[in-house]
Amino acid sequence: MAETVLTNPGQSPARLEGWRGIAADWASDQRAFKNVSWGKAMMWIFLLSDTFIFSCFLLSYMTARMSTTVPWPNPSEVFALNIAGKHIPLILIAIMTFILISSSGTMAMAVNFGYRRDRVRTAILMLVTAAFGATFVGMQAFEWTKLIMEGVRPWGNPWGAPQFGASFFMITGFHGTHVTIGVIFLIAIARKVFRGDFDVERRGFFTSRKGYYEIVEITGLYWHFVDLVWVFIFAFFYLW
Amino acid sequence: MTNAAVHMEEGLLAPAHGAVATAAVHAKGQQHPIKLYLLVWGWLFVLSTCSYLVDYFGLHGYLRWSLILLFMVLKAGLIVAVFMHMAWERLALAYAILLPPVAVLVFVSIMVLESEYTHFLRVLFFAGPS
Repeated sequence: MAETVLTNPGQSPARLEGWRGIAADWASDQRAFKNVSWGKAMMWIFLLSDTFIFSCFLLSYMTARMSTTVPWPNPSEVFALNIAGKHIPLILIAIMTFILISSSGTMAMAVNFGYRRDRVRTAILMLVTAAFGATFVGMQAFEWTKLIMEGVRPWGNPWGAPQFGASFFMITGFHGTHVTIGVIFLIAIARKVFRGDFDVERRGFFTSRKGYYEIVEITGLYWHFVDLVWVFIFAFFYLW
Repeated sequence: MTNAAVHMEEGLLAPAHGAVATAAVHAKGQQHPIKLYLLVWGWLFVLSTCSYLVDYFGLHGYLRWSLILLFMVLKAGLIVAVFMHMAWERLALAYAILLPPVAVLVFVSIMVLESEYTHFLRVLFFAGPS
């Protein structure tokens, strides 16, 4: 105890004993991100942790694919579709990519209009983003159905290395879950924006705190992250 | 003399004013011209089309892989920098978020070595179907 006092010649405020003291020390006016609100900082930190989760999935996929002696199924062929009598490789995934990028654009616009306090446009753009997201999930459901009908299982498939199914269902499933949660998140916030909660600074029903238009940007961070993850999945799983 | 003093004071105050101004900008939030968003949006479409074309034309080997990685990094960079506003955040936040994922690259290199070893053992001992 005495040593702690010596190394800190400045004023050392009196602390409570035990756990309360520990909590007070950790929580006392330490602020690293000066101009970033706690909400945004925590979303970024959450996204960082999510980055590690998706990295681990992609890494396990890489390890499975590199270490197997059985040839890996060709995703270009697996995800090809026959449209109007033409056999187009990977077309479904390309369309899904474009849908997700479109949704990212509408989301960026929503954030912009949010800071202009244009609540109607913000809400509409967020709902458009949610609609794109729902379309994406719908196409993913179609893709899953198609592959399951063709006999892809987590433990095997008709075309090659059995780990293909496990990697596919795990990675796209987790990403699809993120998109679904994002759609719900978007609809919830769009409703608040449309109702004018952030113009009258109405208190939230769950937190009893005032909301601000910054929540649109925070929602946007999550949504762009989902798009960002898809960029990596598209590159490593579908194109590689 | 007084003039100089006033000048000095102004010189001292100027950075503070600048800081206040940036704080005010941030209080209003991340506001950037819509044109910039549209430009980035357009580029994302172009880059996605390019990466799809890599598959469509069936490029192979190192050319394919390097093009895929190039388009992927460009897209990710545009999304993080502009859409997620990382380009305008303070370095304290940017580094706190962008540096830790570098550890993933270390993990990648470890797992590359590991899976090459596993592959070697499988070929050596199981002499599988291929």
